[in-house]
Amino acid sequence: MQADAKRISPSTVLIASAALALLSMIAFMTIGAKGSWSFILSFRGTKLIGMVLVAYAIAVSTVLFQTISGNRVLTPSIIGFDAMYTLLQTVMVFFLGAAGAASVNPQAQFTLETAVMVGLSLLLFRALFSGGSRSLHLLMLVGVILGGLFRSLSSFLQRVLDPNDFIVLQDRLFASFNSIDANLLGIAAAATLAVTFVLWRLSPTFDVLSLGREAAIGLGVDHQRIVTLLLVLIAVLVSVSTALVGPVTFFGLLVASLAWQLTPTASHRFVLPVAVSIAIATLVGGQVVLERLFAFNTALSIVIEFFGGLVFIFLLIRGSAR
Amino acid sequence: MIEIQEVTKSYGGTAVVDRVSLTLPSGGLTSIIGPNGAGKSTLLSIVSRLMPMDTGKVLVDGLDVSRAAGDVLARRLSIMRQDNHITARLSVRDLVAFGRYPYSKGRLTAADAEHIDRSIAYLGLEPYQNRFLDELSGGQRQRAFIAMVLCQDTDYMLFDEPLNNLDIKHAVETMKLLRRLADDFAKTVVVVLHDINFASAYSDRIVAMQGGRLAFEGPPQDMIVPSRLQAIFDVDCRVHAVGDTRLVNYFD
Repeated sequence: MQADAKRISPSTVLIASAALALLSMIAFMTIGAKGSWSFILSFRGTKLIGMVLVAYAIAVSTVLFQTISGNRVLTPSIIGFDAMYTLLQTVMVFFLGAAGAASVNPQAQFTLETAVMVGLSLLLFRALFSGGSRSLHLLMLVGVILGGLFRSLSSFLQRVLDPNDFIVLQDRLFASFNSIDANLLGIAAAATLAVTFVLWRLSPTFDVLSLGREAAIGLGVDHQRIVTLLLVLIAVLVSVSTALVGPVTFFGLLVASLAWQLTPTASHRFVLPVAVSIAIATLVGGQVVLERLFAFNTALSIVIEFFGGLVFIFLLIRGSAR
Repeated sequence: MIEIQEVTKSYGGTAVVDRVSLTLPSGGLTSIIGPNGAGKSTLLSIVSRLMPMDTGKVLVDGLDVSRAAGDVLARRLSIMRQDNHITARLSVRDLVAFGRYPYSKGRLTAADAEHIDRSIAYLGLEPYQNRFLDELSGGQRQRAFIAMVLCQDTDYMLFDEPLNNLDIKHAVETMKLLRRLADDFAKTVVVVLHDINFASAYSDRIVAMQGGRLAFEGPPQDMIVPSRLQAIFDVDCRVHAVGDTRLVNYFD
């Protein structure tokens, strides 16, 4: 096992996963393509861009969240990000009604949701980061509790909701890769690009942050400032993915775990792109399987969780052997 | 020179470090001793700005640690902590390379590689340099962390109980190494120690803390005397001179 891990270089893993991602994108665009290419390009292209954005946002936000929390089983949903999204949707349908909620400008809605999620993360952080090492764990705990509160509030509102409105709401809350809102792609892409730019500037600190708070400070990283900034960026990325397809939580954990396991180094220079590539390959590849093999008879999340779960179990068994 | 001025740190009304003022001159090896809960590790964490203080001030070469830029201080002062739990799967070489971060911000230069090689060689870690940390013994891992501090190449090096969990051989080797850092490289080494005899044998100065306060400070010959040890640790003991070293027997 050890010899194997040494023979595979990080670049090989990166190239292989990138190739896999590219292959699944090509497969998605070409398999079963009949008729006018301009129609196929715009129809499938929109969907593809949406999926790539979601894959990127989920992979990057989960990996970075795991880095700053120093824990490999957490995802941003632990601090209630997706519960917040559910609550926002519920409140909107509750007060505006199904018709009213449908008529809200999607860009404005996205901006509002992002602002609320960033605000929430900042509030959580400001209130708790009074210095001291237990703060991050306290933040997680408070996040768990707030998440529970948001969930209860949503389910309460859903119970008193008009049944017709409830069905509309339920439709909005199911993660769906088939109903990506093309109106949102532009603003979501812009937000992702802006986040990526800041992340690029911060990237040298990622590896140091994974050493833990004390070691990072000892090496001269302004831990509090960088972690706050990263949480805000993660909040934006989570908003991007939830706004486009709805809450998908297990997916991030799956992709990040696969990336950490497969990459023979802990360096973010490799882990982040590998995670993004795996996310794209799983999401887009899964969609191809769904559309061509099962003829839309099932949901993508089922396909992903089935195959992802298999790979995950395989990795766990292989890992325990070493 | 590290100047600690009237530093206080309390948790819920209990002062863990209570108005401590202390000046540690440049050069030499200083040991901080004292019973559990005396505030030794807390003081070290405050000096290395891992923990904010409630009141007081710490100056390292005139730099205020709570105000100075993180990377400026990281090129001046390094710390090795007791619990070095790392989730990332790192090789020894990866870990040691982090010591260069304050200088190169992750883009290692040829000079950095040289520093890394030298630190690894200095601790005799060459055979293990490509092994992962979780594949090492406790002693090897401890040495890997010391190599990282060495690689950071700062004038001031703080160690919080570096002898924890080490057998006698590795403990002695580690202390000799810290001694060499002070003697050969003119580093200022500050070590929190539990074993008084290690402090007695290897220190230039000993600082004793008790109940969050500074109890005594001085060279080993002034500090390792029954009356003071009795006052610090509340244990009866006898002191024997063996060669130049004063050894404490506290076993009866």
